[in-house]
Amino acid sequence: MPFFILFVLFLISLSGHSHASLTVADKVQSTRIAVVYDRPNKFDHSFNQAVYENGVVPLLAQGIQVKEFEPANPAQTEQGILKLARRGYQPIIGIGYATAPAIRKAALRFPNTAFMIVDSIIELPNVQSITFDEDHGAYLAGALAALMSKSGKIGFIGGMDIPLISKFSCGYLLGAQSINPKITYLENFVGPTLNAWNDPTKGRELAIYQYENGADVIFSAAGGTGLGVFQTAKDHNKFAIGVDSNQNSLQPGAVLTSMVKRVGRVVFEHVQAFIAGEWQAGPYRYGLAGGWIDLARDQHNQVIYSDRLHGEISNLKAKIINNQLPDIVRLRQCSVEQ
Amino acid sequence: MNDFSWLLLFDAAIRLATPLLFAALAGMLSERAGIIDIGLEGKMLVGAFAAAAWTSISGSVWEGIMVAMFCSVAFSLLHGFACITHKGDQVVSGIAVNMLALAVTSLLAHRLFSQGGMTPVLDKLERLPEVAFPQWIEVDDTWLSQLYWQLLSGHNILVYVGLLLVVLLSLFFKYSPYGNRVFAAGENPKALQRAGGSLATTRYAAIICGGAICGLSGAFLSVGHGAGFVENMTVGKGFIALAALIFAKWRPVAILFSCLFFGLLEALAIRLQGHPLFKGDGMLPIQLIEVLPYVLTVIVLAGFIGPSLAPKALGNRR
Repeated sequence: MPFFILFVLFLISLSGHSHASLTVADKVQSTRIAVVYDRPNKFDHSFNQAVYENGVVPLLAQGIQVKEFEPANPAQTEQGILKLARRGYQPIIGIGYATAPAIRKAALRFPNTAFMIVDSIIELPNVQSITFDEDHGAYLAGALAALMSKSGKIGFIGGMDIPLISKFSCGYLLGAQSINPKITYLENFVGPTLNAWNDPTKGRELAIYQYENGADVIFSAAGGTGLGVFQTAKDHNKFAIGVDSNQNSLQPGAVLTSMVKRVGRVVFEHVQAFIAGEWQAGPYRYGLAGGWIDLARDQHNQVIYSDRLHGEISNLKAKIINNQLPDIVRLRQCSVEQ
Repeated sequence: MNDFSWLLLFDAAIRLATPLLFAALAGMLSERAGIIDIGLEGKMLVGAFAAAAWTSISGSVWEGIMVAMFCSVAFSLLHGFACITHKGDQVVSGIAVNMLALAVTSLLAHRLFSQGGMTPVLDKLERLPEVAFPQWIEVDDTWLSQLYWQLLSGHNILVYVGLLLVVLLSLFFKYSPYGNRVFAAGENPKALQRAGGSLATTRYAAIICGGAICGLSGAFLSVGHGAGFVENMTVGKGFIALAALIFAKWRPVAILFSCLFFGLLEALAIRLQGHPLFKGDGMLPIQLIEVLPYVLTVIVLAGFIGPSLAPKALGNRR
């Protein structure tokens, strides 16, 4: 019996070897990338979903092997990333600031593996750091909110009180003030834990509070919590602005627009560069130029986000891109403070 | 803020207190019968998921409510089977219920809807209606009218069901012979048995009713106040309800007020954000405000309720 088992094991090891030597045929076929999602999960109608739909799905269609990892809790993130690195996946892409500490640790331990981090900056020779000018998009969102507001009061609901979200609120307020310098601004945060990105009940309560106090447009920069904000906007016949993914379809008529970050497309293009051998570590910044950050306009919101408003926002956008904005110094400080 | 902003504060407190109220009443029924109910959080979660899932599949929110109550009762029975039939440890079984509920709801939500642990967003018609009061008082700026329209009218139907339940349950414990039985099961099981009552039957009946009420608590979150289920959407409300139950010393009317108190704390935390408390720059950091309801819970439970009058046989295995 023991001999039989040894024999079987021997056969298995043989087959394993022959298998491994076969898979060097095609460059695309041999690329095995890993995507590590942020909390709350892949289908959050927001940030992570943008990566999945516009990044992972097209890559899979190309025939690239994509290993997706959804950590069930923060403690799993680090173990999971180290395991992915050990198994030879590269590049390993960390989605969101919360994965940054784990990516940094893995990048130090595996200096020959390529890593990418979105929404954070890690200065290591094998890490690409991708950040966005959220403040510029938020500036446009703020201007639109102020143009839309009849009461002269606008609201902002952020997930957690962290630097990334202050970047949103800073740009949003500046944009609103550029239209109406005397605008009243209400600001609330959902909570201090990672549940803040996934708590529509609390989002709803915060939105009710802001609408009852006279705000008529609320910018929700809180991931899945926004669902509660949009629902409240619909119930109160007011407006809300979505974030990261195009959230216009969630409550058509109540979601004025969404400040989209084309995270998925960025991931897609960077993986293409990796396959072509043109991958370079270092910081990358994406902004309004090229449409990496934009205010979404589609069949769900083109009635409320009218041509006139769209025209004004496009003007502002051109000014920001061409550095002609009178506020540009103040707007730059939004990201400098981080 | 306008002159009536404090009315809006109480309005928010009522909304935030309702899920706590249902859960605490459910816990009261179970604990009055001598069964510790740590599994409130899990049963709420099951109720929230079942209501949202069934409603989004069938389109009928009333059916969704029924299914929520049914599923929550099923988890109650699981707890009952472990601690009444097999006389297991009630705390351990309750924790198991919580863990199982978290895992099962998230697994089923992933499988059924493939939206990462969410159910689809529900329409206004697929949610429980809000009840507008009859036009007895004109809408104007007087104190009475504001009180009537802002505070009393226009809540979700479950809010009023909750208030009705408080009345019904206090009458039940005061006047009904069945109420006495439940009371005896928690205080002195031997007396109940000598009087010819069955301890197991009484306890099972109590936890089944408790389960149904707890299902309503979850349904309020997902199809009443909210519009859809997301993973772990109760975020600890079941435990706050347990605290409210202890704070109220297991009495229905007191439970109403303790839940309102906790609701008020949470509503206050929202309103304190960004408002300077003192003159000058006495702005409290947001993290501190967020933690306030929990800190006050500990202070209140530790300092203000005096000796806790739990049912004497609570947690006894015999």
